Amino acid sequence: MAIPKVMGTEIEYGITIQNDRDFDPISSCVLLVNAYREDHTGTILWDYDQENPLADARGFQVDGEKYTPNQQENIARNKTLVNGARYYVDHAHPEYSCPEVTNPRELVVHEKAGERIVEISRREANALLPPGTQMLIYKNNSDRKGNSYGCHENYLMDRRTSFKQIVEHLMPFFVTRQVYSGAGKVGTENRAHPCDYQLSQRADFFETEVALDTMVKRPIINTRDEPHADREKYRRLHVIVGDSNMAEPTIYLRNGATAIVLAMIEDGAIGRDFTLRDPVRAIKEVSHDPRCRQTVELSGGKRLTAVQLQREYLELALRYDASSLGDWTGPVLERWGRVLDALEREPRDLAASIDWVAKLVMIENFMERKGVDWQSPQVQMLDLQYHDIRLEKGLYYLLERQGKMERLASEEEIKDAISQPPEDTRAYFRGRCLRKYADQVFGVNWDSISFGIGDEPIKRVMMAEPLKGTKAHVEELLASSRDAVELVKNLRA
Amino acid sequence: MAETTQKQKPKGGGGGDGESPKDGVQKLAKKGEELKEEMDALVDEIDEVLEENAEEFVKNYVQRGGE
Repeated sequence: MAIPKVMGTEIEYGITIQNDRDFDPISSCVLLVNAYREDHTGTILWDYDQENPLADARGFQVDGEKYTPNQQENIARNKTLVNGARYYVDHAHPEYSCPEVTNPRELVVHEKAGERIVEISRREANALLPPGTQMLIYKNNSDRKGNSYGCHENYLMDRRTSFKQIVEHLMPFFVTRQVYSGAGKVGTENRAHPCDYQLSQRADFFETEVALDTMVKRPIINTRDEPHADREKYRRLHVIVGDSNMAEPTIYLRNGATAIVLAMIEDGAIGRDFTLRDPVRAIKEVSHDPRCRQTVELSGGKRLTAVQLQREYLELALRYDASSLGDWTGPVLERWGRVLDALEREPRDLAASIDWVAKLVMIENFMERKGVDWQSPQVQMLDLQYHDIRLEKGLYYLLERQGKMERLASEEEIKDAISQPPEDTRAYFRGRCLRKYADQVFGVNWDSISFGIGDEPIKRVMMAEPLKGTKAHVEELLASSRDAVELVKNLRA
Repeated sequence: MAETTQKQKPKGGGGGDGESPKDGVQKLAKKGEELKEEMDALVDEIDEVLEENAEEFVKNYVQRGGE
């Protein structure tokens, strides 16, 4: 039986400072994350002891230097928030990792709350910049000059499922799901064949099928084996193939469909072989065809369109008993079918729900009215500004304001998620400890929280089970523990 | 788990039962005009917020690779 699909996303944002000739991304990121002061959790360390990004899911350890910053640098670059999220500086980008959630709708709410948190801190940071300059932030994945930054999805999986099985059944799914998960991009880069517009921000950057790298020679399937949980029982599938999405239904379907397929792999419910002859080539072929008519070649020589291949997965999913995942799967399957129907009929009918279509229709309208073509700098600006996180300037938000985008989350829910953790995962315990005992929290990681109490040795509480530490489990414990001393004592009792 | 139903854009014009072809054409033309007005309004709004000096702006947007 498949295990519940606890999930989350890590979004790297693009950052620049307008009119600053000496723009330095790293110091700008540090300024940004430290400008977020709503939480009062400013001096808590990120606990790197538990991290191992060099473990490979294929069963070996890769050579390389593990990054561990000194204490001051650690505090400057890492913020753990009372909603259970991590907000930090990753290389030259601000990154927001949302708290663990149990279903795709909740993921939409928390990913959107992340956008708002980054925007709140952008405004604060701006106030500290010299007049005439301005910090700007984009939730996209490319500068269109060959530099890409990621949107990584994470899904809890059963350790007993072999990584080989995961790769076999996931590869064709990942190559083709961009027909509904792509964020859209004007032009190509990284030496890909030229085209005017493509489905995905990221497809041009995938150069190999399976590997540990995320920064160079990017693989369609990433092998990082860092479960942030009991490693005997779980793996965390680290998905790097996706785009950063703006439209709520796109985020929802991207994570929902993927989670269902992963459960099917765990249950051996994909009895068909969809192996592609050349996935690296196919991912670009699919991305470069906004008509969604391009076929890709399976290893047996058969050719299918991406939509047809997705429909094969959907057909299997409709026959699969997904009840172990919770009650959220029905609406995902229903939407998945509806979206594939529209893609086959007329992709433009999805302008209210799928990012790449919304962006394409907006750009086409603009080009027609202005009499400009795909090479116009204004068209390139439209592409970039679709992802601008300022509510009053971002073009996705303009479409939203005009009622042209379908919403799945209410503004109230998003606002709540800025300061409230999900109630049904360990993020609840993490978030509530940070709210109540911030002064006594020494360090945090996804699967641990440690307390520094007076002169005593640091007490580390492990959270190896992502579905423990929920509101139902710990609300009473937290209510009866006035400080961390009592909490640790009560935990031992 | 409230999920709103997707907005389906009505398929343009066509005319239903009991309409003469002429009515259908007029309806289609009216629908076309409405769509054009809507599109113009959107482009006007985009004009108001779109960054100036787009060429310079996109040229200067350079990121170090991430992840």
